[in-house]
Amino acid sequence: MLLNQFLLLGAVLFSIGVYGVLARRNGVLVLLSIELILNAVNINLVAFGTYTGSISGQVFALFVIAIAAAEVGVGLAIVLMIYRNRQSIDLDELSSMKG
Amino acid sequence: MSVAATFAAVFAADLDVAQNVFFAMLALATIVGAIGVVTTTNVVHAALWLVVVLSSVGANFLLMGAEFVGVTQILVYVGAIVVLFLFGTMLTRAPIGKDPTVDNRSWYLGLVVAVPLLAILSYVLIDAFDDTELPSDNVQRTAEVSDSIFGQYLMPFEAIGLLLTATLIGAIVLARKE
Amino acid sequence: MTLAASDPIFLRYAFVLPALMGVSFVLILFFGKRLPKKGAEVGIAAIGMCLLFSLAAGYQWIDRVEHPPEVEHSEEPAADAEGEHALAAVQFVAAPAQEEGEHHEVAPVLTEATWFTSGGVDFTVGTFVDGLSVMMMIMVSTVSLLVHVYSTDYVGGDRRYTHYFAFLSLFSASMLLLIMSRSTVQFITAWELVGLCSFVLIGHWWEEKPNSDAALKAFLTNRVGDIGLIVGMIVLFFAAGSFDIVQINEFANGVTGGNDHLLLLVASLCLIAAVMSKSGQFILHTWLPDAMAGPTPVSALIHAATMVVAGIFMVARLYGVFFEGLSIGTSNINALAVVGAVTLLFGGALAFVQNDIKKVLAYSTVSQLGYMVMALGVGAWTAAVFHLFTHAFFKAGLFLGSGSVAHSVHSFDMKEDMGGMKRFMPRTFVTFVMCSLALAAIPPLAGFWSKDEILAGASQLGGDGGYPLMLIAGTIGGGLTAAYMTRCIWLTFFGEPRGHAADPHHPPHESGPLILWPLYILAGLAVVSGFANLPAGGIFPDVMALRFEHYVEPVAGYFPGELPTFSHPHFSWWVALVSTGWAVIAAGFAYLYWERGQGHGLTERSRVARGGYVLLENKYYFDHLYTGVIANGIKGPVARAAYWFNQNVIDGILNGVAFGVTVVGRWVYKYIDQGAIDGAIDGSGTVSDSLGQALRQLQTGKVQQYGALLFGGAVILAGIFVFAI
Repeated sequence: MLLNQFLLLGAVLFSIGVYGVLARRNGVLVLLSIELILNAVNINLVAFGTYTGSISGQVFALFVIAIAAAEVGVGLAIVLMIYRNRQSIDLDELSSMKG
Repeated sequence: MSVAATFAAVFAADLDVAQNVFFAMLALATIVGAIGVVTTTNVVHAALWLVVVLSSVGANFLLMGAEFVGVTQILVYVGAIVVLFLFGTMLTRAPIGKDPTVDNRSWYLGLVVAVPLLAILSYVLIDAFDDTELPSDNVQRTAEVSDSIFGQYLMPFEAIGLLLTATLIGAIVLARKE
Repeated sequence: MTLAASDPIFLRYAFVLPALMGVSFVLILFFGKRLPKKGAEVGIAAIGMCLLFSLAAGYQWIDRVEHPPEVEHSEEPAADAEGEHALAAVQFVAAPAQEEGEHHEVAPVLTEATWFTSGGVDFTVGTFVDGLSVMMMIMVSTVSLLVHVYSTDYVGGDRRYTHYFAFLSLFSASMLLLIMSRSTVQFITAWELVGLCSFVLIGHWWEEKPNSDAALKAFLTNRVGDIGLIVGMIVLFFAAGSFDIVQINEFANGVTGGNDHLLLLVASLCLIAAVMSKSGQFILHTWLPDAMAGPTPVSALIHAATMVVAGIFMVARLYGVFFEGLSIGTSNINALAVVGAVTLLFGGALAFVQNDIKKVLAYSTVSQLGYMVMALGVGAWTAAVFHLFTHAFFKAGLFLGSGSVAHSVHSFDMKEDMGGMKRFMPRTFVTFVMCSLALAAIPPLAGFWSKDEILAGASQLGGDGGYPLMLIAGTIGGGLTAAYMTRCIWLTFFGEPRGHAADPHHPPHESGPLILWPLYILAGLAVVSGFANLPAGGIFPDVMALRFEHYVEPVAGYFPGELPTFSHPHFSWWVALVSTGWAVIAAGFAYLYWERGQGHGLTERSRVARGGYVLLENKYYFDHLYTGVIANGIKGPVARAAYWFNQNVIDGILNGVAFGVTVVGRWVYKYIDQGAIDGAIDGSGTVSDSLGQALRQLQTGKVQQYGALLFGGAVILAGIFVFAI
């Protein structure tokens, strides 16, 4: 197997995740897209770890998973707060600036 | 180097055809699932498409020989995080079923940014890592992972523990009813 | 010339003296008002320590002269390219074989530190301690200490008592710094500092305008001379290649002619200008009598004993320059001697017509300084320095005595407010008379020995025939001195009390011990200090003769003492008898005039005498020349002419130009300013506005839009890095 195939897979996943972050209106869906990005990064880390024979790649991937879990927890709590305050999690409506 | 040459190289290599076939299938599943996440109008469906993506990525880890990470991925992501998402969807009264207003007003910006991003990333990767091959017997045992976690990376490990505790408390504080 | 390995401690650490007085200055200035004696005790303690230090230094110096340390000379090959230096080297080696067999070379104690470097030249400060410095240290410390003690009574209760003592300390520090200066730059700094302290102390009671005027006059007149000082020092730097006084002198001693000699001559003339202003020589002497506006102890210290002799000291220090530059050893008349001779005569004459007792003493000081300068001019170095030494004591004694009298009658005017003080103030009278006799050079008091040596020098030194004019001037001056001092004593102490002295409610009384004890000490010194330089030649035992010269006159490469043209005057009975006799006769004339009234009314009877009297009374019209003619001349007609030129010619041109400019201005305003520039500015405003409106769309407050911009920017950057760089 080529190294490149995993890296390219990660790149594609990353781009799709970026599109999702920018294009979705619902807050929860944005968080989902962020998960895609994190997974792409994980693929990269493990691929490089395997390529160089160092265990650090996997270790960091583990850390990323843990952090992603934490981030989702807090992120959803925030979304919940927003819903409570504004009765909607529509990101378009969240802006109060009159620009 | 062009993408076609890469593919040609893949099939020209005298590696396990099985590995390559499996990889192709997993990659396809991942990409289809990802596109599903970002395009579907049904919020719950999006979460389920995410499960597809996460599982494929987990399988990819196994393919690369990272057994512990792969298993953890399934356990944590699929088992906990997706459930969390579904709960969040439920608590925020997302419309069940199709919701036409699920995309942004200016969703085309996403395309404008994501496509060039993909182009640049691909170019750089192909340019840099043309033909490099992964070593074939590259299974790294869980024992090595644990040695690393409790040895060289002990500090970050403990810090992650603290982080999770903080997150737990923070989320509770944020989300409790007054 | 290298130094011995271990120099005596008091000579090596001589810089402690000015440093100590400087610290005293700062302490008094900051803490004086809170101390029980208002700062005076700090000053007295400091100067007392300086005196002890100086005496110790003196002892060590005498020891050094008796047992001079081994001195090596740098090997100067006889076949030196410049023959002058070879000549000097030969001189040293031959020193022990001189006729005064006991004169071995005595190296001075030198220290040095680099102050700053500029343009490749090191500006150093340091100490240069030899016999002259040590003698000056002792003299300055003694007189300063006595003045400090005297001031505690005289200036007691004054509005600025602490300030006064602070500046006395600063003055002492500056003077001590001056006399041990190693480089000319340091010397100039100390010179200016001394002038500054003089200014501050003369103007001590500046609330009265005449006092502040006098202080300004002193400072500004000194400034005129300082031009000469700085130019002279610069010329010496370029001639000798160094600021070091030792090196300048050694250079000068080795000069035999040509361009170097011309440079030395120019430097000498410039430095003579400095001497004229600082030491009150003729033409630039006008500040000294006016400086009597300051407190009397200040006059005693600064304008009799120490500051005014700074000019003399400078000539004595750089004597090699003057000796060579003015060819003192071989000529019959030179600039320095002429200046001194003229000064001593004119100053002496002016002392006759003063009613203010301090002004008499001021002109007497001018005259005596003239003696010193003349002595240096004829080549009698030791005589000049010795006269400086003795003069300091008896002139300070005279000033302090006059202060004692004035303190009790509250006035300095002899004609109006004194008279018959002998019975009110007997002790002051005795000290005053003793100092006056010393001043008038009556043997065996101090002034006789020093002044006599000057006259002997004038008759014997120099080229063939000596300096005849100077001899005549000096002799006449001696008579004048005796005469005006007689007049002064008569008007003050004899006769009937007048004015304040005759006040029945406040009769004058003798001064307190703090005033009297300095007077006793100074009078005593006036008597005995002359014995320091008894002449050789068999009259006195050899072991006692010429002690002062032995210890003070340098025997080293930086003094022209070993040059073939240098010699010492010998005691001459003829000169001594004539000068003393003439002084006694002149005193007798004065006595007859004032006591017996003989010859009164001469100025009414004879027009010539009247004219002379008016001339003297107006101080030769010098003040009139300076302020009236020169200053007013510039103020008056020259200023008016300049004003006419300014109004009509210059302003006319300006007005025409201005009119043209206004026309152009109006056109520019209409078309360029209003049209183009304002249009451009308005346009830029519109552009900014529209741009702002357009860019406003970016700030939507929508997070995703910001995210899009973020990622978009990252993509573009990545593209740049990948493709362009």
